Amino acid sequence: MAVSPADLSAAFVMTPVAPADWLVVLPPAWCILAGAVLLMLRKSVRLQAMIAIPALAILVLVDALLLVHVSQNGPVTMVMGRWLPPFGIAFTADLTGVLFALAGAVVALAGSVHALSDIDGTGRRYGFYPFLLLLMAGVSGAFLTGDIFNLYVWFEVLLISSFGLIVLGSEARQIDGAIKYAFLNLVATTLFLIATGYLYGIFGTLNMADIAVKAAAGRADLPLMTLATLYLVAFGMKAAAFPVNFWLPASYHTPRVVVSALFAGLLTKVGIYALLRTLIMLFPIEREELSVVIALAGVATMLVGALGALGQSDIRRLLGYVVISGIGVMLVGLSLGSPGGVGGAIFYALHSMVVMTALYMVAGLAGRLAGTFDLNRLGGLHTRSALFSTLSLVLFFAVSGLPPFSGFWPKVMVAKAAMDIGAWWLVAAVFLTGFLTTIALGRVFALAYWRPAGEALPDAAIPASALLPLVALTALTVGFGLFPNALLATIQHAAQGLADPRAYIGSVFPGVN
Amino acid sequence: MELLFVILIGLFFAAAVYLMLSKFLVRVLLGVVLLGNAVNLSLFTNGRILRDVPPIIPAGHDVPATLTANPLPQALILTAIVISFSFFAFLLVLVYRAYQDLGTDNANEMRVAEPENDPLPPAGY
Repeated sequence: MAVSPADLSAAFVMTPVAPADWLVVLPPAWCILAGAVLLMLRKSVRLQAMIAIPALAILVLVDALLLVHVSQNGPVTMVMGRWLPPFGIAFTADLTGVLFALAGAVVALAGSVHALSDIDGTGRRYGFYPFLLLLMAGVSGAFLTGDIFNLYVWFEVLLISSFGLIVLGSEARQIDGAIKYAFLNLVATTLFLIATGYLYGIFGTLNMADIAVKAAAGRADLPLMTLATLYLVAFGMKAAAFPVNFWLPASYHTPRVVVSALFAGLLTKVGIYALLRTLIMLFPIEREELSVVIALAGVATMLVGALGALGQSDIRRLLGYVVISGIGVMLVGLSLGSPGGVGGAIFYALHSMVVMTALYMVAGLAGRLAGTFDLNRLGGLHTRSALFSTLSLVLFFAVSGLPPFSGFWPKVMVAKAAMDIGAWWLVAAVFLTGFLTTIALGRVFALAYWRPAGEALPDAAIPASALLPLVALTALTVGFGLFPNALLATIQHAAQGLADPRAYIGSVFPGVN
Repeated sequence: MELLFVILIGLFFAAAVYLMLSKFLVRVLLGVVLLGNAVNLSLFTNGRILRDVPPIIPAGHDVPATLTANPLPQALILTAIVISFSFFAFLLVLVYRAYQDLGTDNANEMRVAEPENDPLPPAGY
């Protein structure tokens, strides 16, 4: 028998995995497991929610434990099949990824409780909860993977689950919206695949830590600008950045309101996360050269979103434009590239996940109370429920970026970072957008809540299961608005970890640094 | 061989973009399929194209004796083919359903979600 001179055992991880490190793969694995169980119990409408809600609560717990673990020990890596990186597919959790994953899990838990009264038996039989769990598998996987082709696979997992959710109910309106959503998102992920193919051709590796090392070493001879631009377009399309944002206002108002809420909280932010991961960590020099382009796209995205929101009479479509204007703020933070700018983008993304989900829930409840989503017909909501009206006003202020709510701090961080480099036009654009958003949502409040009801309101009450997640999400935005210090410190660490990925690389290749 | 493939990929991309610019969904769908295949071919070309050379490392060596094609891009393509095929199946059903429910496959006439003369919000009350 021939003996290979190479010692194959050197390519394997021989030490057992530390129990705490299993946390890295647990979020997507747990979601897939729970999703599979739910698929088997598809016809048991009552069991679905009873399994899905505890499963998502456990996901929140796992992500919270992972956040504690990562903030104490730095980035954690686990490699599939026990191959050593870069040969095995690595899962690497750093602070940015875990923060996004935790916020996503909280949003999904809130959505699953809110869905109790929003998704009827038919919707559950057609698989709302299994799709939600599989969507979360895709979202968690995307936030925690350390391999760029694996990121593509998670993108596809969350995309196919979101297709299932968006057509749930199959009304003509939904089919129309789903067509635009599906085609444009599929083109975006195909662009991502093109970029990843070229990236493999250039580097011969797909591990993000390995790419970061090789890009830094051989930058001068490699066509990295092409890659950075392809990633910018692909992920910009996923994040609904101008001028590739048109799929969002065409589709987000069509599905069940809780599905819109989950989409607004989760999907565009995955695009932003991927932009941060590729442009800040892998291609920082190229991002620097693209910064004017990204800043212009960010300003256009903000203004298109804010002006679009002013022109809508359907509150769900109005919120779709508000999602877009928030993406603009994150892009401006990304274009600045400084720790303050990137930190602001991360903070704004987390804030937007919570607040946009809550706002779509508000829109859904307003529609349920008044029987319409049309601003021309809405009215008298304040007299129906003062608590609901107060929660709505808090969320309207929060998304406009007014203090003392969570939207204020990231805008301050982005504006401060822009002032530091003397980019006054960016500061002006951020404040103008905040002003326009305040007008758009203030008008919603004036018309739908303060204006006396023009017609007799249908006799509907808000069930506790719909109000509870709304109260919880509003409490989060007020809490992080009043006491932002702990979160700010964590986000500063996260932003530094992205800009200077030595700890990330060190966790994938122990002993290199 | 690579040059031939590069030209072929260029043709695939051109045809895909041309089809996707159409307003008829069936053509757009075919464009998406072609685009997926163009990407798969470009991944394939990325891993070198060589005939009849198995990527097997002979005994006593650390690296293959001759230049071989890299099998990893082919594994990537396999994943991408499965994914793009399932998406194609989904989109085909979706387009057919849209044709049944909306009575058209012309994207310009699909204005159910975004009506053409949507009223503006009231200016005051």
